[in-house]
Amino acid sequence: MTDAATMTEPLLHIEQLGKRFGGFIALDGVDLSVPKGQRLGLIGPNGSGKSTLVNCICGTLQNETGSVTFDGIKVDGMVAHQRTRQGLARSFQLPRPFRSMTVAENVRVPLLYTVNARSHPHLSESELDDRCMELLKLVTLDAKAAKYTTDLTQVEMRKLELARAMAAEPKLLIADESMAGLSHSEVEDIVALLIRMNERGVTIIMIEHIMRAVMTFSQRLVVLVSGKKIADGDPQDVIQNKEVVGAYLGQ
Amino acid sequence: MEFDLLINAIIAGLMLGGFYAAVTAGISISFGMLDIVNIAHPGFIILGSYIAYIVNVHFGVDPILIAIVALPAFYALGSIIYQVYYQSFEKHGQDSLRGLAFFFGLLFVTEVALNLVFGVDYRTVEVPYIGGSLSIGAMEFPVRMLVPCLVSVAMFGGLILFMSRTFIGRAVMAVSQDPQALQLMAVDPIRIKRIAFSISIATASMAGAFLITIQPVIPSSGREYIGRVFAICVLGGLGSLPGTLIAAFMIGVIESITSTFYGPSWAPAVSFGLLLLTLAVRPSGLFGR
Amino acid sequence: MRTPAFILILTAVAAALYFAFSYVGNDYLFFAGYTVLQYIVLATAWNILGGYCGYVNFGSAGFFAIGVYTTVFLYTVGQQIEDLVPEFMLAPMQLIFPLPLPVMIMVAGVVAGFIGLGMGYLTLRLRGVFFAIATLALTVVLETFIVNWSFVGGSRGAYVIPPNEVPIFGHFINFLFVLMLVLVILALTTARLIERSKLGVGFATIRDDELAAEASGVPTLRLKLVATVVSGALMGMAGAPFPFYIGYVEPASAFNLSYAVNSIAMPMIGGTTSWIGPLVGALLLGTLQQVATVTISSAVNLLIVGLLLIFFVIIAPRGIVGLVQDQLRKRSKT
Repeated sequence: MTDAATMTEPLLHIEQLGKRFGGFIALDGVDLSVPKGQRLGLIGPNGSGKSTLVNCICGTLQNETGSVTFDGIKVDGMVAHQRTRQGLARSFQLPRPFRSMTVAENVRVPLLYTVNARSHPHLSESELDDRCMELLKLVTLDAKAAKYTTDLTQVEMRKLELARAMAAEPKLLIADESMAGLSHSEVEDIVALLIRMNERGVTIIMIEHIMRAVMTFSQRLVVLVSGKKIADGDPQDVIQNKEVVGAYLGQ
Repeated sequence: MEFDLLINAIIAGLMLGGFYAAVTAGISISFGMLDIVNIAHPGFIILGSYIAYIVNVHFGVDPILIAIVALPAFYALGSIIYQVYYQSFEKHGQDSLRGLAFFFGLLFVTEVALNLVFGVDYRTVEVPYIGGSLSIGAMEFPVRMLVPCLVSVAMFGGLILFMSRTFIGRAVMAVSQDPQALQLMAVDPIRIKRIAFSISIATASMAGAFLITIQPVIPSSGREYIGRVFAICVLGGLGSLPGTLIAAFMIGVIESITSTFYGPSWAPAVSFGLLLLTLAVRPSGLFGR
Repeated sequence: MRTPAFILILTAVAAALYFAFSYVGNDYLFFAGYTVLQYIVLATAWNILGGYCGYVNFGSAGFFAIGVYTTVFLYTVGQQIEDLVPEFMLAPMQLIFPLPLPVMIMVAGVVAGFIGLGMGYLTLRLRGVFFAIATLALTVVLETFIVNWSFVGGSRGAYVIPPNEVPIFGHFINFLFVLMLVLVILALTTARLIERSKLGVGFATIRDDELAAEASGVPTLRLKLVATVVSGALMGMAGAPFPFYIGYVEPASAFNLSYAVNSIAMPMIGGTTSWIGPLVGALLLGTLQQVATVTISSAVNLLIVGLLLIFFVIIAPRGIVGLVQDQLRKRSKT
């Protein structure tokens, strides 16, 4: 699977990505290539640069050195919404719903601003509604469509994050710690959901601390420590890698 | 001749800058360190001026002395305002819109209330040294400028020492930079913020006394300081007291030179223009990272 | 309700108001009514950026004054056309000048819109707080320029003499009143259109969470610029007829802080999430101030505005409209 996939042109290609905050080096020359359709796990201790990497890929932050190529296009210098329109969606570590809107209205936003910005003719009102319900069904939130986000539980909030990201019809989805603080069964719920999304043809990078989830989900595992990639490959091999074990035990 | 003019403009500007430092100290703490956009601060400064005026008129006490006596009252006022602000806005998360409107309302109410009590006439204080002036060669040091400047710089130095040397001061710095460290120190961030905010309002008492020593005051005098203090604060880099001090001197000198050579009516635009420019080009301030 | 129907209803209400005032035949009604209408435009305009996008503009007085001084400038050009224009250009220029007031209003809208665009471009990339502070600064910079610009009167001020009579309307104040009614219709329709369009959804995402908005594909900077331009242009237009209303303009009256305070307080008190809020707030506060100015001093009524603002942001964050909505919801539940 991995071998066959790497033969084709990668969906996401990162070269020598660097970013610093003042004197603090957050990313120190990271290389990463993700083929289409892959489920990639990204792990690393707190402060290892995972979030910065996500932010640099998605355009929330701009990288200082190196480059990000997505789907054959250099996206350096593009701001976040342009990258979303290219097919690069993300969920946030702490859910960031639009609080003045209902669950369905939240999911409508990317349909209006990303899907409609790409496709002509635009989706009609009824098509928009259908898409919303379809997405909410996918994450099993359809019963809550008319609720405001303040009425949602933690796990529902995470699902909404993912549904909203999926509404942008991404080629690549980056799920930034979608499971922190959730119960055992809720974690399994979300992992299953992400795998379902992947089966629809979406490439997924999952950033996670919960190793059980990472091992179930990932076809490939990448470890980041102090802004550097220290391991990359088959999940089983990677977690036995000495350097990785050291980084985690040392923490 | 031209050169003398320039030298005296710079000296006047430095003294003005010293005074600006006191005016900005409060904002530098509340906005720079606590992220509370207290645009009402100039209003409290004018309140300080009027308190100094009232006591001075009745008892002839030196305004700066009055301000020192009034410090606890301003500190208490700060505590109350912070409590209201925290309960109504900060606790519920990031609703900066209403918080800003709240302070804007406070600014306005203070001004209008002073207007109702004292009217729109210029008020001034009587102090023996007010007309005096020291001169060294061609250099002139009007005492009414010199005294506030020196006391102000002393106060500012005290604040810097307080923030860097005391436990509470360091906790305040931690509130702005590293909330986690605060938890490790086992202190209540709300208490720290309240103390810091109260201190910031207390500085308004001093700044108000300086202001009325330097020039006559009307209730709306505060307005011209709104942009100026934020300009200095942003220029100096948010949360940096030494940066603020340097920026205060800079703005003082630039304004003084502008009004000497182009006329005083252009002076207000200088700091505001600089503020717009800083925000556009380098929002982290001249001395920020 | 569709937009044409909405405009029709507004026009009908406006016409009814005009004829009712004319029937009473008291000029004071028109003078007082003009001020209230002007506040409706200012509050609605402020709310497009402040209420919909969550970006606080303290510089309403500045934008208002841009409108005021655009008119003063164009009027002065019209007055001194012989001295300003070379001889061969005089004939064509005299065809254009003096400009009719509606044209001046449009020019004022364009100028204020452009200044909004420029300022927005400089500061809207930053946190909202910096934008708010920059708007404070803008007002002072503009006022300083006007004070030093003698062509438009400088600190002395300028006289703008309205004609005594105009065709159809009779008294000039009637004409000004109708112009302001048109601006009110324009402002309310614009606000309502935005609210119900994709643009309104985009604005709301900016207010709720800008990072999430960008991640959902919303071009936040462009939308904020649109809001600033529309809001600024409407404020400028509200200010444009003012010189004719008051007859003599000085910087202190054009840049009066009460415009800034009222245009924030009115939406905050009425409610910021829909076009009804600023309308309610402006009608209420505007009328209250007109009454209070006659009965008590103007300082007292400004104090009341300030206190109401503080009271509402603390006690009723969603304004009067929000309070009413809550009441209705309670009633429908029982």
